[in-house]
Amino acid sequence: TKTRQGIADKVDQVLKTYKKVDDELFEEIEEILITSDVGVNTTMKIIEKLRTEAKERKVTEASDLKGLLKEILVEILDYGDAHQLGIHPAPAILLIVGVNGVGKTTSIGKIAHRIKSQGKKVLLAAGDTFRAAAIDQLEIWGNRVGVDVIKHQEGADPAAVLFDAIQSAKARKIDVLICDTAGRLHNKKNLMNELGKVSKVLEREYGNATKDVLLVLDATTGQNAIQQAKTFKEVVDINGIILTKLDGTAKGGVVLAISSELNVPVKLIGVGEGVNDLQVFEPKSFVNALFGDDI
Amino acid sequence: MVFEGLADKLQGALQKLKSKGKLSEKDVKEAMREVKLALLEADVNFKVVKDFIDKVKDRAVGNEVLESLTPGQQVIKIVNEELTALMGTTQSKITFSSKPPTVIMLVGLQGAGKTTTGGKLGGYLKKSGKRPLLVAGDIYRPAAIKQLQVVGGQLDLPVFTLGDKVSPVHIAKAGVEHAVKHGNDLVIIDTAGRLHIDDHLMEELQNIKQEVKPHEILLVLDAMTGQDAVNVAEIFNEKLGIDGVILTKLDGDTRGGAALSVRAVTNKPIKFIGMGEKLNELEPFFPDRMASRILGMGDILSLIEKA
Ligand SMILES: Nc1nc2c(ncn2[C@@H]2O[C@H](COP(=O)(O)OP(=O)(O)OP(=O)(O)O)[C@@H](O)[C@H]2O)c(=O)[nH]1
Ligand SMILES: Nc1nc2c(ncn2[C@@H]2O[C@H](COP(=O)(O)OP(=O)(O)OP(=O)(O)O)[C@@H](O)[C@H]2O)c(=O)[nH]1
Ligand SMILES: [Mg+2]
Ligand SMILES: [Mg+2]
Repeated sequence: TKTRQGIADKVDQVLKTYKKVDDELFEEIEEILITSDVGVNTTMKIIEKLRTEAKERKVTEASDLKGLLKEILVEILDYGDAHQLGIHPAPAILLIVGVNGVGKTTSIGKIAHRIKSQGKKVLLAAGDTFRAAAIDQLEIWGNRVGVDVIKHQEGADPAAVLFDAIQSAKARKIDVLICDTAGRLHNKKNLMNELGKVSKVLEREYGNATKDVLLVLDATTGQNAIQQAKTFKEVVDINGIILTKLDGTAKGGVVLAISSELNVPVKLIGVGEGVNDLQVFEPKSFVNALFGDDI
Repeated sequence: MVFEGLADKLQGALQKLKSKGKLSEKDVKEAMREVKLALLEADVNFKVVKDFIDKVKDRAVGNEVLESLTPGQQVIKIVNEELTALMGTTQSKITFSSKPPTVIMLVGLQGAGKTTTGGKLGGYLKKSGKRPLLVAGDIYRPAAIKQLQVVGGQLDLPVFTLGDKVSPVHIAKAGVEHAVKHGNDLVIIDTAGRLHIDDHLMEELQNIKQEVKPHEILLVLDAMTGQDAVNVAEIFNEKLGIDGVILTKLDGDTRGGAALSVRAVTNKPIKFIGMGEKLNELEPFFPDRMASRILGMGDILSLIEKA
């Protein structure tokens, strides 16, 4: 895609300029990773590994380094089966969390559409009772994809909405219940506690359900994403990431940092505002797209 | 956070230097490495970091070390001064048209905070005696109009809408006409979030601009944005000619290096900052505070001030 052509071109250019593997080449690669939001720490780790491996495998040609680098990146991102959305066996519940404006509600619409077309019975819970017209927004998505929405009034207790939604899901024998939550910055203690409460209701009322808690991250986010992931993980047990807005020019490199530091796999990626603009995350294609598809 | 102790690290890097003579190139170079890493961790754009470091190096090398400061403090002082200078030294305000209504248009990426900020700005300026009209120019996002209406309702501000079947260009124009007729001396136009590389939607903004000739086009930017902030700001500025930036979500714990990058690249001032989801959480922007935030060096600065 057009998204990641930039970085691919850059790497190619660098590798062409430097025929031999030397310090300057490593520095250039370092730059490229940092300008993709991979972050200093993780970049250093990657470069260190690249150096060691290059030495061990006696890679001296600059062009061979690219394949090696891609291998290392894929290894960081690859969690095997853990990239699958956790909706088996039914009943399942997806709790969607994240900071403000990252794409939670939109992603829910897209996911609902995807699972529904796989023949599953889906129900949505309007757990964002705070933001202006958040409930209306989810309802429009519900209508769009033909899925019901359980809602309360604006200002209601989100835990109560979830409670009702769970009862309803049980009564209707719903396969997958997807719960929206209000955007909240991870450094807001009271809001994070509220999320903890929601999570408790889920455990208590739907303990037997398959559970996936997904953190939505905006691909344009810089290093703060790491802190977001850390803090959310402490409050609710995040087991996957949805990386949105990859249709822009941001590379979303920060997921490399998160994958390597926090052990959370990326599960889905958002590539637009339309109902079909959701893709399954594949480490190889992600990295391939990062570096051009030619190798 | 990793670079919380930048000041300490700088001190460490320069500790070996006991004499109070001039700062040597080698001393400065070592210190600059720490500054460079801190800026990158704060999401300051890579190119901006490079330029910045060169500038500070030039100033610091050969600089007389003040009696009262350690070399480390000295370098930090220079870093802080340059950083503040880069952020713009004075506070920058909204300019009102001598021929009302003043028209402000808010633009930016999806989810940056435009609609919320539109309300906040209206509420803020209402307090200073303006009579704002909010114009619902986002016909794409589900419930965007409703959202602006709810926000307007909470602030007791009128909201102009023509629904979502009419072009935003037309809505903007009709909105301004409505303001003229109803004595609103300020029009704030909310627009749909869009990618800077979406030519079609960028053209829509150009058309709105041409139609209503806004006095201020403000780019609403999420403070958590990473290295891409520069691309976004550059292209919005190139295509539209922005007059300033509103930085949102600074109530988080991001260092907010995007602020510095955007300012350095577009040379446009940051006018306001969003400090929360509540509609009164908008503040004027102070460059010096942002400088210390980016480097996380509040303590050392008060130290230097005392010296
Ligand atoms: N370009 C692009 N835009 C997206 C994508 N996902 C979501 N958006 C847009 O991002 C904006 C915010 O999306 P929402 O779904 O409202 O985000 P949210 O996390 O629910 O926001 P809050 O509930 O306010 O915290 C909307 O304009 C969406 O259309 C994506 O993958 N690509
Ligand atoms: N914490 C915090 N949240 C904010 C701030 N400004 C906006 N938000 C939140 O960010 C999310 C997105 O805000 P919106 O105003 O809907 O953003 P937008 O740019 O209009 O989004 P689109 O119209 O979808 O492009 C909402 O959850 C807001 O409550 C801020 O300064 N701090
Ligand atoms: Mg939402
Ligand atoms: Mg909006």
